[in-house]
Amino acid sequence: MSTTATTGTKDLAPVSAESLAALLVAGERPPRPSALSASLTFGWRAVLKIKHVPEQLFDVTAFPIMMVLMYTYLFGGALAGSPKEYIQFLLPGILVMSVVMITMYTGVSVNTDIEKGVFDRFRSLPVWRPAPMVGYLLGDALRYTIASVVMLSVGLVLGYRPGGGAGGVLAGIALLVLFSFAFSWIWTMFGLLLRTEKSVMGVSMMVIFPLTFLSNVFVDPRTMPGWLQAFVNNSPVTHLSSAVRGLMAGDWPADEVAWSLGWAGLFVVVFGPVTMRLYNRK
Amino acid sequence: MSQQTADLAIETAGLVKTFGATRAVDGVDLAVPAGTVYGVLGPNGAGKTTTVKMLATLLRPDAGEAHVFGRDVVREADEVRGRVSLTGQYASVDEDLTGMENLVLLGRLLGHGKKGARARGERLLAAFGLAEAAGRQVKHYSGGMRRRLDIAASILNTPDLLFLDEPTTGLDPRSRNQVWEIVRAVVAQGTTVLLTTQYLDEADRLASRIAVIDRGRVIAEGTKGELKASVGAGSVHLRLRDPAQRPRAAEVLRRALGAAVQEEPDPVALTARLGAAAGDDGAAGQAARALGELAATGITVDDFSLGQPSLDEVFLALTGHGTHDSEEVAA
Repeated sequence: MSTTATTGTKDLAPVSAESLAALLVAGERPPRPSALSASLTFGWRAVLKIKHVPEQLFDVTAFPIMMVLMYTYLFGGALAGSPKEYIQFLLPGILVMSVVMITMYTGVSVNTDIEKGVFDRFRSLPVWRPAPMVGYLLGDALRYTIASVVMLSVGLVLGYRPGGGAGGVLAGIALLVLFSFAFSWIWTMFGLLLRTEKSVMGVSMMVIFPLTFLSNVFVDPRTMPGWLQAFVNNSPVTHLSSAVRGLMAGDWPADEVAWSLGWAGLFVVVFGPVTMRLYNRK
Repeated sequence: MSQQTADLAIETAGLVKTFGATRAVDGVDLAVPAGTVYGVLGPNGAGKTTTVKMLATLLRPDAGEAHVFGRDVVREADEVRGRVSLTGQYASVDEDLTGMENLVLLGRLLGHGKKGARARGERLLAAFGLAEAAGRQVKHYSGGMRRRLDIAASILNTPDLLFLDEPTTGLDPRSRNQVWEIVRAVVAQGTTVLLTTQYLDEADRLASRIAVIDRGRVIAEGTKGELKASVGAGSVHLRLRDPAQRPRAAEVLRRALGAAVQEEPDPVALTARLGAAAGDDGAAGQAARALGELAATGITVDDFSLGQPSLDEVFLALTGHGTHDSEEVAA
């Protein structure tokens, strides 16, 4: 690797003025890509980055495994008699919690990327304006899917047996990934709003910890004081984990699914335009 | 053709951009004819990049108007984006991706199909001498290679207007020459190029018209000839064999050139700054005549060079201050 870094221009073939001229003449201008096509192309960029820097998958593999193992054995005996009993309740919830936590890296990557010259080029392209942002989130949706599969595999090894079978599990993961995609617009906003990577990380922690811990992921909210129940029962993360838990157990929790989708829609409607406003003003 | 060249690619009036208390661009008026290379010359912090960013729809002007091919850069930003390309001061390519991936990515975003984007990428990489580096991540490219890839990315779809923001800053002379070649090839095909630079030499070689910009304002504008005539044609540097002949040589030069002659710290060196008048019958002609007279007087000249006015000299002449204090004032 280090040898390629020192390659000087002296080794380069010269610029060919004739073939350049031919290229410029031959260059026809194709019609603009559709919004979907542009977004998918930016999503492809995110996938290429994973290919070149696979280490960035650490947070969607090692971290989720750690979460499942830690909480199953830490709370299992005390809360449900045994880890195996507890994981039936915990796994969908810890899946939701971990994936929602992982979404915050979106803000950091937007923040570091926006400072680079390549962003100026993206912003000067005649494409659908939100496409670069949607592209990030599509790439991240792939990461969320990987995290979900990893956690589910660990859960199955530890004795998790979803009543809903493959269909219920897939429906649960699909809802989770969709919600996370919508929720991530908060992070694109912070990524564009805050000036440094550290401040993005700091603010993200402040949002994500209360939001994920103050939920029904670990225990039934009925044991909590009234004021906390009021928050927990209305938290989007509670609705989502109830919905995912129900789907994976083979039920059809229509209310909770509707609440989750409603919250997802709200996040997009509120934070999407704010993100785009900041993006256009950057 | 004459109609074409009479059209303006860029027209701005009273363009202003402030960052906090700093007026980075403070009322810039530009008129760039289509089909030419237009040079924007100025030191660091003069407002060149900010101006380019406003014209490329990346920054919103705080006041004033700018039109690109008759389209307003704020209200009709999307139409403007469809006709321009930008090569920023800092490589506007993705360093984590390979050269080929960068071109395919941008090709697809510009509407090419997968195959079309790849084919065009391959041809561009070949034309720019980057075929061998196609599969390598850009972070391992040299500065010259990055700049080439950057320009290749800018002409994936031949733009009507290409912004090159300091395209040769930090490049070795060889790479710089190659960038110049590319610029000439691009403009020969009818693309208008707006080039910002800190080097008068570069503007001189490429641009047909030049705007000199300082502290966010255009302080001089015109063709190369006009601009040079206004600052003087440069300097003649001489080294004599015999230091004792220097006073006489200075006298001869003063008479022949009608210009101020300065004695350098080196006891055999002399510098004569050519006045604006030299622009009319040619600096080289005047210098040749002066050399002839020196020879006729029996003074031996060991070394002789004719230097163009440097950016420092241009600034000194136009503003009364050098390039270095521009930033301090702006801050």
